[in-house]
Amino acid sequence: MMKPTTQKNHWIKKIGQLLNHGDRPWFGLIIIMSVVVIAFMVAIGYMLWIDSGPSRVAFGLSFLQPTTDPSWDPVNSNFQAWPFIYGTLITSIIALVIALPVSLGIAIYLSELCPAWLRTPLNWLIELLAAIPSVVYGLWGIFVFLPQVVTPIGTYLFDIFGNVPGLGSFFAGPIPESGASRLAASLILAIMIIPTISAVTRDVLLAIPNSQREASLALGSTQWETIWKILLPYGASGILGAVILGLGRALGETMAVTMVIGNSIEGTISILKPGYTMASIIANEFAETVSALHTSSLIEIGFSLFVMTLLLNMLARLLVWSVTRKTPQEARA
Amino acid sequence: MTTTSYSELLKKGVERRRVSRKGTNGFMLTLTGALTVLALIPLFWIIGYVFYKGGSTLNLAFFTQLPKPVGMTGGGVLHAIEGSLIVTFLATIMAFIPGVLAAFYAARNPNTVLGIGLRFSTDVLSGVPSIVVGLFAYALIVKPQGHYSALAGGVALAILMVPTIIRTTEEMLKLVPTNLREASLALGAPEWKTSISVLLPAAMDGVITGVLLAIARAAGETAPLLFTTLGNERFDLGTIISSGVTNHQSIIQILGRIFSSPIDSLPLTLWKYAGMPYPERVQQAWGVALILLILVLATNILARVWIEIRKRKLRG
Amino acid sequence: MEMNMNIEVKQNKDFTVNEMAEIKVRTSQLSVYYGKFRALTDINMEIHDRKITAIIGPSGCGKSTLLRSFNRMNDLTPSAHVEGKIELDGEDIYGKNVDVVDIRRRIGMVFQRPNPFPKSIYDNVAYGPRLYGIRQRNHLDGIVESSLKQSALWDEVKDKLHQSGMSLSGGQQQRLCIARALAVQPEVILMDEPASALDPISTLRIEELMHDLAKSYTIIIVTHNMQQAARVSDFTAMMMIDETRSGRMIEYNTTNIIFTRPQDKRTEDYVTGRFG
Repeated sequence: MMKPTTQKNHWIKKIGQLLNHGDRPWFGLIIIMSVVVIAFMVAIGYMLWIDSGPSRVAFGLSFLQPTTDPSWDPVNSNFQAWPFIYGTLITSIIALVIALPVSLGIAIYLSELCPAWLRTPLNWLIELLAAIPSVVYGLWGIFVFLPQVVTPIGTYLFDIFGNVPGLGSFFAGPIPESGASRLAASLILAIMIIPTISAVTRDVLLAIPNSQREASLALGSTQWETIWKILLPYGASGILGAVILGLGRALGETMAVTMVIGNSIEGTISILKPGYTMASIIANEFAETVSALHTSSLIEIGFSLFVMTLLLNMLARLLVWSVTRKTPQEARA
Repeated sequence: MTTTSYSELLKKGVERRRVSRKGTNGFMLTLTGALTVLALIPLFWIIGYVFYKGGSTLNLAFFTQLPKPVGMTGGGVLHAIEGSLIVTFLATIMAFIPGVLAAFYAARNPNTVLGIGLRFSTDVLSGVPSIVVGLFAYALIVKPQGHYSALAGGVALAILMVPTIIRTTEEMLKLVPTNLREASLALGAPEWKTSISVLLPAAMDGVITGVLLAIARAAGETAPLLFTTLGNERFDLGTIISSGVTNHQSIIQILGRIFSSPIDSLPLTLWKYAGMPYPERVQQAWGVALILLILVLATNILARVWIEIRKRKLRG
Repeated sequence: MEMNMNIEVKQNKDFTVNEMAEIKVRTSQLSVYYGKFRALTDINMEIHDRKITAIIGPSGCGKSTLLRSFNRMNDLTPSAHVEGKIELDGEDIYGKNVDVVDIRRRIGMVFQRPNPFPKSIYDNVAYGPRLYGIRQRNHLDGIVESSLKQSALWDEVKDKLHQSGMSLSGGQQQRLCIARALAVQPEVILMDEPASALDPISTLRIEELMHDLAKSYTIIIVTHNMQQAARVSDFTAMMMIDETRSGRMIEYNTTNIIFTRPQDKRTEDYVTGRFG
């Protein structure tokens, strides 16, 4: 009978057509997926903004402002985020101060001094530092790093600076026996952001054309003088970008910080005392909030984190991009 | 100033500084090497210690049993392993397809509005703290659904994975020589077929490496899971499946039950156990840390080896 | 055999015994290896003080390698090593306790592509002196002005010393690089095809400059432009690669002889343009 076969042929023809002209759906698909990705980014910002509404309405800008009389009182629904902002800022900045020279040293070694055969293995090892999960850092932090490294350093710092007028409050101590403190968080953060800063700095240095090195050395400079006076200034904006990327990472780091910072709302500014960061207060309290306002306040903190890292990230990319753009065609192999 | 007096000045400078310049050079260069070693100390310390402390905990029971109440010996973290597998699996599926597809667009259209927006979003998403992503997944899925679930955790992890997948896939696609694509098109293959059957396989090695590394990273994340999957010590995959079978539930229904229940995971378990006042739990935390570490190390080594093999193939 | 050639040759024909006696740099059986590959074989030459010596030859014959051995820039290539000697004022620059940094100050270099630092014109020239602790403003001002005058750039930039060195034209950048090299008072200046990246007018200016500089400095120049070598140099060395692809010195004599009465047939072929 003719009818069924014609029907079948008809569908076969239709599918064949679709397969051969599947470009429209294909392009549509990849475009939709791209839009989806963008939509998610927007959605995150949007939802955080909306859900932090109640808190923003209730407390306004004073929620975020520095104050000498902060309160984080779930029971009485009075929230002020300054201690957490302070904690985030101080730990990140100290981490940066420590990580910067180390990362510079690593980047210089890897880009200028390292023998060729050692380069790949070393690069990989530094990457591994970044691959270790944050909780594992935290676990090691609690049971090994705190007692063996942080507590001795904290005690030492307290002995030297604890009673110096002015500095004293910053180093007010003594450090708790466990070692849990802002200092601990700063040190662990430093370790964790070194891979980021050093990798980007290394790439920036490698992108500097060899002609600059040759020019400097041919004038009778030592290798260090070339690095310090020519290469680092040349790559300065890119290196700044690397630092900002590291800062961004430090701001958002949660688990390792929560596990070693002590999570206490104690009022001091001392780095030897336990504290909180924006990320760690969310981690600690979000699953057990006592009121909608409580939840909203935590989300507002989350939103602030989102905005901070967003701005820093954009700034960093701009800076790194500006260096790789300025170099002419020849680049170091 | 006369030339001769400048010569004098220069000569003096040369002599006076000869030693100090050499000394500074030697010192600083050695310092950079020392700092490199310094930075690697925590790496070896952590790996060594986790192996040392967690090694004794890893036995068959650890991998195959559910936790026993505190006080009783034995028991394992099967629930966490199952949980990690399920959540990561969900995340990978949800991230892989959009990620790879969006990368196709990004690789070919870097300068359109959409392309620029995509690059911008990828950058932004890669910088968002993972805990903030967790908040988002909470608002998006947990709150409306009214309960914690593996799905919510999967979504959070997927968001974290997508930027990495897009970036690596895009780079790999860009490395594929253009004449490959042109040859395929010249033979009459439509664009989509070219992309899927020619370009993707050519870039596949790198794409897989990228996905593997993204998975390894996601598997180690804790913060986004804190308020999406919550944790569930009584999760028992075996029971869910067997009860589902006995009650004649379809695969979809069984899967639905799995994906919508609160679930534990290795990093979450580590976090919980680490803070407990029970030594057995803390000991188990080290065991979990070791599992995670092995996972991360193995993935990284595999990725390296894969890249090396690829390089050899291209050369030979 | 005397040849009538249409090349303009520098008119110092024969040198007095006194002038000939001043040897600034001497290479003895110099061979340069990159790993196992012998890039230069048994180079012997004597560079006369305050004269201009040109090294010519077809592409790839090792001219640049030879030039770079004079200030040990080949050291930057990890696999490079050297046999034989290069003596500066009688001392082997590859000797045991030699301070490479100081050799490079005494033997300066100008590169094929101008490579000023992304700093101001002033800071480019002042870079070298600052390395030696010269810090006072008036001292630096003085050496910057003097160096820029010697490289015939002063008049063009004296009012914009604080502008970036990269904002200058190619020819100006090259003269800036020359001034930068002069600021540390070298004794020898190596020039690696210094005008090949420049337009003809800038090229001529650089050539005039060399003439002036030769009054105070010993100049060794590598060039693929034979006419330039003939115009500018007092002595010329002709190089070529042998069967093992290693560079050798075929002939070395006063420029006059090389271009009018070359002894070696290969030199004759090259300078008359039959090949190369």
